[in-house]
Amino acid sequence: MSYAPTIPASAESLAPTKIRVRDLRISYDTRVAVRDVNLDVPEHAVTAFIGPSGCGKSTILRCFDRMNDLIPGASVHGSIVLDGEEINAPGVQPVELRRKVGLVFQKPNPFPMSIYENVAYGPRRHGVSSRAALDEVVETSLRRAAIWDEVKDEYRRKNALSLSGGQQQRLCIARMLATGPEVILMDEPCSALDPIATLRIEQLITELKTQYTILIVTHNMQQAARVSDRTAFFTLGDDRAGYLVEEGPTRMIFTDPANRLTEDYVAGRFG
Amino acid sequence: MRRVLLADQLATAVLWSIAGSVILILIAIIAHFLLAALPDFTPSFLIADPSTDVIGGVGPVLWNSVYVLALTMLVTVPLGVLGAVFMAEYAGTGRLIDLIRFSQELIGSVPSIVVGLFGFAVFVAATGWGFTALAGALALTVFNLPLMTRLAEQAMRAVPDDERSASFALGATKWQTIRHVVLPIAIPGLVTGVILTAGRVFGEAAALLFTAGLATPGRLNFANLNLLDPRSPWSPFHTATTLSVYLWRINSEGTGPVVDQVANLTAAVLIVAVLIFNLGSRALGQLLQRRITGTRS
Repeated sequence: MSYAPTIPASAESLAPTKIRVRDLRISYDTRVAVRDVNLDVPEHAVTAFIGPSGCGKSTILRCFDRMNDLIPGASVHGSIVLDGEEINAPGVQPVELRRKVGLVFQKPNPFPMSIYENVAYGPRRHGVSSRAALDEVVETSLRRAAIWDEVKDEYRRKNALSLSGGQQQRLCIARMLATGPEVILMDEPCSALDPIATLRIEQLITELKTQYTILIVTHNMQQAARVSDRTAFFTLGDDRAGYLVEEGPTRMIFTDPANRLTEDYVAGRFG
Repeated sequence: MRRVLLADQLATAVLWSIAGSVILILIAIIAHFLLAALPDFTPSFLIADPSTDVIGGVGPVLWNSVYVLALTMLVTVPLGVLGAVFMAEYAGTGRLIDLIRFSQELIGSVPSIVVGLFGFAVFVAATGWGFTALAGALALTVFNLPLMTRLAEQAMRAVPDDERSASFALGATKWQTIRHVVLPIAIPGLVTGVILTAGRVFGEAAALLFTAGLATPGRLNFANLNLLDPRSPWSPFHTATTLSVYLWRINSEGTGPVVDQVANLTAAVLIVAVLIFNLGSRALGQLLQRRITGTRS
């Protein structure tokens, strides 16, 4: 007869795995930038990547939509499986993958076009041309990104660059949602924003996670603690390559980490 | 400390006066010819034949200038923009692109009279077309393509990489990104390229002397729509003396009492035409960008 485990399995760990990473290694030409990453990303949850500057968090994030393909000399080894499919397999088109995996950049980067054209950009490029269908996806996406109420009167004509930084970032989120992703990658999405705009994005992340799988790179540990369900801590090894130190439920990483390095980092003793 | 401030004020004054003199020179040129031409100007000068009355008109040569300009732009702009797309987005770095750039600079610095002679050998003699608007336009393309390509390339390189990344991250292909992000954002720069090359077309005489011809044109028959008939003003094969060539000609071989008046009038028309084209292209560029980006401002 066995005893029930004393620590109840947390709800997060029951969620099915959306992305499975095994033995990931990323190099630029001959220099290894990231090595030995093994990670299971649960569906419909927020996973935060934290760690000191230069440890490769953003580089890893950009493997999931193969944006690293665009950097000359970058090569990715190991396995990244999304919904049971290897995303680096020869048959996979990065263009298709990037519709399923959206990316939000550190600095808001709307196109110098109208708000409408920004959001319609993805669907148009994927062949949606009917006015009604575009109208619908633009409105839905703006609503989902919690910016509709602020722009609904003039979004067809107003240039996106005339919005505030926080609004621009939510517009970029709307633009990304319009391509119909399942996974959302966020690369320090609030680092260029003021505290109030940051708060709005964080609220948005919490709303979006019911429908999307979210990975967020952040320098701000309070932010990781506030928005994420799981946290992965990366650092730089003696060989100057980044690696995953440990990953687990956010509460555990912040209160009772297994590794001394993690403990020092979240306590603010380095990084 | 005082010396530093003095130097600062001095620099400000010098820079402002240089900038101001640019405007003054422009005003002086325009004013000189407009004032010189005004007493003799009648609207009919714009449409009449050179042989009409005493002073005549520039109707046919004005038409030819516009025609050669349009034909040249039709060839230069697409080639220049596509060349620039290659240079800015595909070529990367290396020996090939260095060689292309070197050739570009060399062609761009060949004197236009030499380009004219080359145009004569290739587009007039070898083709057997004779002096035609098309030969002139092709010679001007040889002369202008390097400039157009370089300006268009600069305009595209000025588009931030953030915009390209945003497009790729949304699942757009490279060509879609160029077509729907890079080119629309680059429009103001492209328009500058068009204006500068067009100005050279309008003002160019040397390259056209041996290619488009310098015969005094007779009456133009616009009813003749046969594009292959050298007598039709619509045909790329008609002999097309342009305003600049006409100006050169009356100034160098013209005799008679009214040569100065005709020259001043022609110069004034030339300047005003360039101004109109310049402002028109800017307005068109803005309109185009607004249409593509769906914005008002």
